[in-house]
Amino acid sequence: MSGSHLDMRSAEIEAEAAAWLEQKSFSSWSQADQVRFDAWLSQSWPHRVAYWRMESAWARTERLTALKAPAPRRVENSFVRQRQLFRVVAAAVLVATAGYLSFSYFAATPMTRYSTGVGEHKVLQLSDGSHIELNTRTSLRVSKGAGARKVWLDSGEAYFDVKHDAAHPFTVFAGNRRITDLGTKFAVRKNVGEIEVSLTEGKARVDAVASDSAEGFAVLVPGDVALATPAGVRVVHKPIQELHNELGWRRGMLVFVHATLADVAEEFNRYNATQLVIADPVAAKQKIGATFPAHGINDFAALAQTVLGLRVQRRANEIVITR
Amino acid sequence: MAEPPDTDRGSVNLRLPSKGMSIADVQAWFVREVLPLEPILMQYLQHNWRNKSELGDLRQEVYVRVCEAAQKEVPEKTKAFVLTTARNLLINRTKRERVVPIESAADVDALGIVMDEPGADRVVIAREELRRLTLALDRLPPRCKEAVVLGRIEGLSRRQIAQRMGIAEDTVRQHLIHGMRLLTDLLHGDSPDVGSFS
Repeated sequence: MSGSHLDMRSAEIEAEAAAWLEQKSFSSWSQADQVRFDAWLSQSWPHRVAYWRMESAWARTERLTALKAPAPRRVENSFVRQRQLFRVVAAAVLVATAGYLSFSYFAATPMTRYSTGVGEHKVLQLSDGSHIELNTRTSLRVSKGAGARKVWLDSGEAYFDVKHDAAHPFTVFAGNRRITDLGTKFAVRKNVGEIEVSLTEGKARVDAVASDSAEGFAVLVPGDVALATPAGVRVVHKPIQELHNELGWRRGMLVFVHATLADVAEEFNRYNATQLVIADPVAAKQKIGATFPAHGINDFAALAQTVLGLRVQRRANEIVITR
Repeated sequence: MAEPPDTDRGSVNLRLPSKGMSIADVQAWFVREVLPLEPILMQYLQHNWRNKSELGDLRQEVYVRVCEAAQKEVPEKTKAFVLTTARNLLINRTKRERVVPIESAADVDALGIVMDEPGADRVVIAREELRRLTLALDRLPPRCKEAVVLGRIEGLSRRQIAQRMGIAEDTVRQHLIHGMRLLTDLLHGDSPDVGSFS
């Protein structure tokens, strides 16, 4: 902040930040490099802000890889086939639930359905080494058979840790969207009229099932959250830590960082039969940072009462919070 | 990091409303809330500071101050907080240096910026983002751009780029570093006349 703080200080620091990022991205990066880098980073706030600023810009350029290889036509074609097949299978499911059974397509593309109830969490190990975790109230179908790596998310939310195999792409269908992994860990959540894809590692591609639209296509990089609505795909970039927090459910935890009580209630209500109601508009906007077990609705109520000084009323199937 | 180690035992850890943040949280907040404001911040600094060569330093100083403050207590309204920090910085600096007076008293309101409007600009249509990235890439000097394309799009290492371009590895390194810095200013600065390259 003194005079010496000026004269090109920021330019020097930016050059240093760029040198670290370049080394990390394009050359070898040893344990010792990491240690030296950490030391440099924690040395001062100017170092931190310069590096964070550069890293976040550079992370955005990852999306340029979309320019390299547009999805091969072959995928598009097999995909169209897949879509027709999907229609038939969907019809078959309807027929089956109506009480009739057996449709020859089931033999061709065997699928298994997995689902969870309120507050349940299931982990599926797939034979290819990938795994899928189902969050509360989720229903999905997994194709079986050699080379067929397809999952249909019918409702709810799931996390995918995919063993990459270029010859056999792993594809998740949700609503009218398709997510294709390019070596990835990601979560997909199906809301009403909206599909949310959060990528924590690797790379994935989200596009519309309707093969004609190049419109809603996006290549996701770590930290990206794609929101697909009928209008198209929007991509928001979030810090990885935030995504990990949102995936707290994988460990049975809900992690809130500066979340309003309204958001907290909504999140709890996904996991519990007893519903939280924040019946006061001011209280609903109050923010907290906290970690709770997903079933810890009573812990939350107790804290709201003792720490936040709110009023808690328990009724048959709900807990009502007011000021 | 944001998650204390005892979470798996199911204990509850509560941080009270609007208190401070860990470094990781500050980074998350900075990237999410502050960086998208850079075009507005730079516009403000440009309008109110004559010496354009100091803009980068001023920007850095504003970022440092808001991050330090956020570590102690998270500001409610980020945009207002960032711009007020910028104004205070300019005023202090003017007083200390007794030079260039700040035009129009560095009045934040004079810019007509709505203080608490949500950052709608944060959300970018994927396609629009790709277009913006391509434009930024096109503004790099030719050799620099070539190195960045080979590294970022083709996924080559520094050594492979050097072989491909037929130049020394250290020259590639310089190109990449230069490219990263230019892209950082272009992508955060957003509007074409904002951002000082050095």
